[in-house]
Amino acid sequence: MAAPPGQTPSRRGRRGPGRLLPGRRFPHWLRRLPAPRAPHGPLRTGAACCAVLLLLPLTACGGASVSDDRSGTFTTMGFGLGDAIATSRIDDARKALAPKGMKLQINEGAFDEQQFLSAVAAGDPPDVVNMDRTLMGGYAARGALLPLNECLRKEHVDTGKYQKSAIKETTLDGEIYGMPDSFDSRILLMDASVLRKAGHGATDKDVDTSDLKGLRKLTSELKQSQGRKLTRIGFDPKIPEFFPMWVRANGGSLLSPDGRTARLDSEPVVEALTYTAKLIEDQGGWGKFKALRDSFDQFGKGNQLARHQVGAYPMEDWYVAVLGDTSPQVDLGSGYVKDREGKPVNYVSGTGWAIPKGSRHVDEACTFIKTMTSTRAWVKAAKTKAEEVRSHDAVYTGDFTGNLEADRIIESKVWKPSGKKAFDDATRRLYDIQAEGFAVPANAAGSEFKQAWQNACNRVLSGDQTPRQALEEAQGEAQSALDIANQGRR
Amino acid sequence: MPSPTDEARRDEAGRTGTAARTGTAATTGTAGRTGGAPVPGAAPADRRERARRWRASWRRSETRAAYGFLSPWIFGFVVLTAGPMIATLYLSFTNYDGISEPRGVGMENYRQLFEDPSVAKSLMNTLVFTVLRVPLSMAVALALAMLLLRVGRATGFFRTLFYLPVMTPSVAVGILFLLLFNGNVGLINTVLGFVGIDGPSWTTDGDWIKPGLVLTTLWSVGSTVIIYLAALRNVPQELYEAAEIDGVGRRQAFVHVTLPQISGALFFTLIVNTIASLQTFTEAYTAFFGSANSQTYSNDAALFYVVHLFQQAFQYMHLGYASALAWLLFLVILAITLVQARLSKRFVYYEGEER
Repeated sequence: MAAPPGQTPSRRGRRGPGRLLPGRRFPHWLRRLPAPRAPHGPLRTGAACCAVLLLLPLTACGGASVSDDRSGTFTTMGFGLGDAIATSRIDDARKALAPKGMKLQINEGAFDEQQFLSAVAAGDPPDVVNMDRTLMGGYAARGALLPLNECLRKEHVDTGKYQKSAIKETTLDGEIYGMPDSFDSRILLMDASVLRKAGHGATDKDVDTSDLKGLRKLTSELKQSQGRKLTRIGFDPKIPEFFPMWVRANGGSLLSPDGRTARLDSEPVVEALTYTAKLIEDQGGWGKFKALRDSFDQFGKGNQLARHQVGAYPMEDWYVAVLGDTSPQVDLGSGYVKDREGKPVNYVSGTGWAIPKGSRHVDEACTFIKTMTSTRAWVKAAKTKAEEVRSHDAVYTGDFTGNLEADRIIESKVWKPSGKKAFDDATRRLYDIQAEGFAVPANAAGSEFKQAWQNACNRVLSGDQTPRQALEEAQGEAQSALDIANQGRR
Repeated sequence: MPSPTDEARRDEAGRTGTAARTGTAATTGTAGRTGGAPVPGAAPADRRERARRWRASWRRSETRAAYGFLSPWIFGFVVLTAGPMIATLYLSFTNYDGISEPRGVGMENYRQLFEDPSVAKSLMNTLVFTVLRVPLSMAVALALAMLLLRVGRATGFFRTLFYLPVMTPSVAVGILFLLLFNGNVGLINTVLGFVGIDGPSWTTDGDWIKPGLVLTTLWSVGSTVIIYLAALRNVPQELYEAAEIDGVGRRQAFVHVTLPQISGALFFTLIVNTIASLQTFTEAYTAFFGSANSQTYSNDAALFYVVHLFQQAFQYMHLGYASALAWLLFLVILAITLVQARLSKRFVYYEGEER
């Protein structure tokens, strides 16, 4: 905009030869930059274009590629080297692969569905993958995983020596697609001091999940509020995540044993969701309940049990180890989750090793899986971990591997009572409950089936639907997903 | 140095608005300036003339240099954007699952879009989020830019300060949302408690999840602030002086001088923020679907369209259907952007434009 006559032109927009940039805010040498000159001649332009195009691939970022040089490199996905249990076994696997001329490359990190699918779709999958066993059925049905039966036979692996429920979880149409790499049981954990203050003991006779009325009453006694805030959860049923456990305790199941028929709208399932949602409603509703739950310092010294923020709840076995490490002084009680008849129920989950379709080193992958899940490797790793844990005065609470023989040896030879009765009792319970393990059967819809029942729980918790409405909707979604996924299968 | 005739030609070709209004064939800015690519349906003589002009233009070293510098973007666009777009268009007519060979299913995926209740739900969530977020973020950014304009020598410092949060990874912002908006111990409800307000359950109440996420996204309003600040600094001071002489108050000066003068920047940020909002994914996914804390609890109120698309593609392996979802989103964004562009003709003022 031209300045009116008699006025100084505005600083902005004042440009001239050699003054391409606005003045004042740049150093003088920058303000005196000459105007750019066009390059001369087609040759120079062409050369510039070619140089740019040639340089582009050099600056490109890697996509889903797992390894650059695949010839002698054996790659993994979904596995981290978090503790001695991992590092010790990886050392063994490295030694087992060395004679085959393989260099082991661990791509650390949790299993990522997008990364895995992209790698498989691009024809560049890892040689082995570690993932949640509940996902394996879905991938197997689509042909993303290779069956392991032949490989296990060649490696002389007896699957009878592994936890039956874990093997079932990875078996589709009689073919095994994954070998267990962990075995997470669930038991009740209790804040004994909270229970004592309320006039109860810290056992599963006091926190009895088979007595539904009693549990509701106890929950009301243990919960604590301050004004409109919930400051202590009396009993946390841990839904949606442990919903299959409540269904089982109520005599039902989410899926038929063959993994083809969803049973989400069956009466035991509806009852289980109605009851567990009511437990949460009794404590002020999902909003307050989850807000408190989200504020827990779960892995710190000020965790929910140390700060008396929860009375009792079912939890995975690894959390006993976390407590033993971060707050061994916590007043811990433990017990079994029981079904309506008073029998212990153990909902198990965990990860497993599988071989993706397109793996370049299938034989080596078999050797790797055999080594990682072998009794020898597990026991050696558990010994290393136990020494490490004890060296900094924490409590070693055992390891649960999915390998029956390894578990037996670890329990009898590696684990020793720590002198902290609460932790020793919890560990014994965890070993005792292993045999009662059950899991949701393997199914071709995998992730979609799991999401269907979880979303149903969430819709109920958020107050959008009644349990029956939510589960009827979920039944439709789940069955449709199963039918589509099972098309073309026997 | 460009010749005067070149300048005249560029001026003529560049006045698309005028050309459109007078009924002549409007060409796009770039095409017009480079002589225009052959247009299908144009008369052969006209096409030949255009081709001749394009060749003449190409013979100029300036044009070649321009294409030389543009080539990385052109290469990137073809390989990383246009290519995948064409691929997804093809895949949207197949049952591709990422593993087996894609098999044609005709219009089945598109038919399914209308039967899938999650599509309507997620689209509605996304539109509501956009309607809440875009005006609010623009208003906040403008207010901050106006403040920055008045802080004098400290402008540089505050400009940096406001821009820093933009560099925070979106995943971290998603986790931050859960911490700040926790109903029990979150900072937001704690502050509200000080003034006697019992804050809502931001992370679990379906009515409050989207407003909470909108407030969280204000965290990265810095880039819009910078754009507005640049625009505000370009408003000629003489206009304010003239307005003052005419007895115009501050508020009126803002409405009748500032806003029209920065309307170009406002329009640009409106388009960019609308597109970004319609593609919202990371914060919602991290807070409600993807992080360790939220893998089992999700809330339908946070099911945005791209989250649904992502789940279909990578969790359920329905890549064919997800491709159809992607194309629907493309069409929705295109329609909204075209409406905004059409409306902009009435509200946006460009200096030097004939009106």
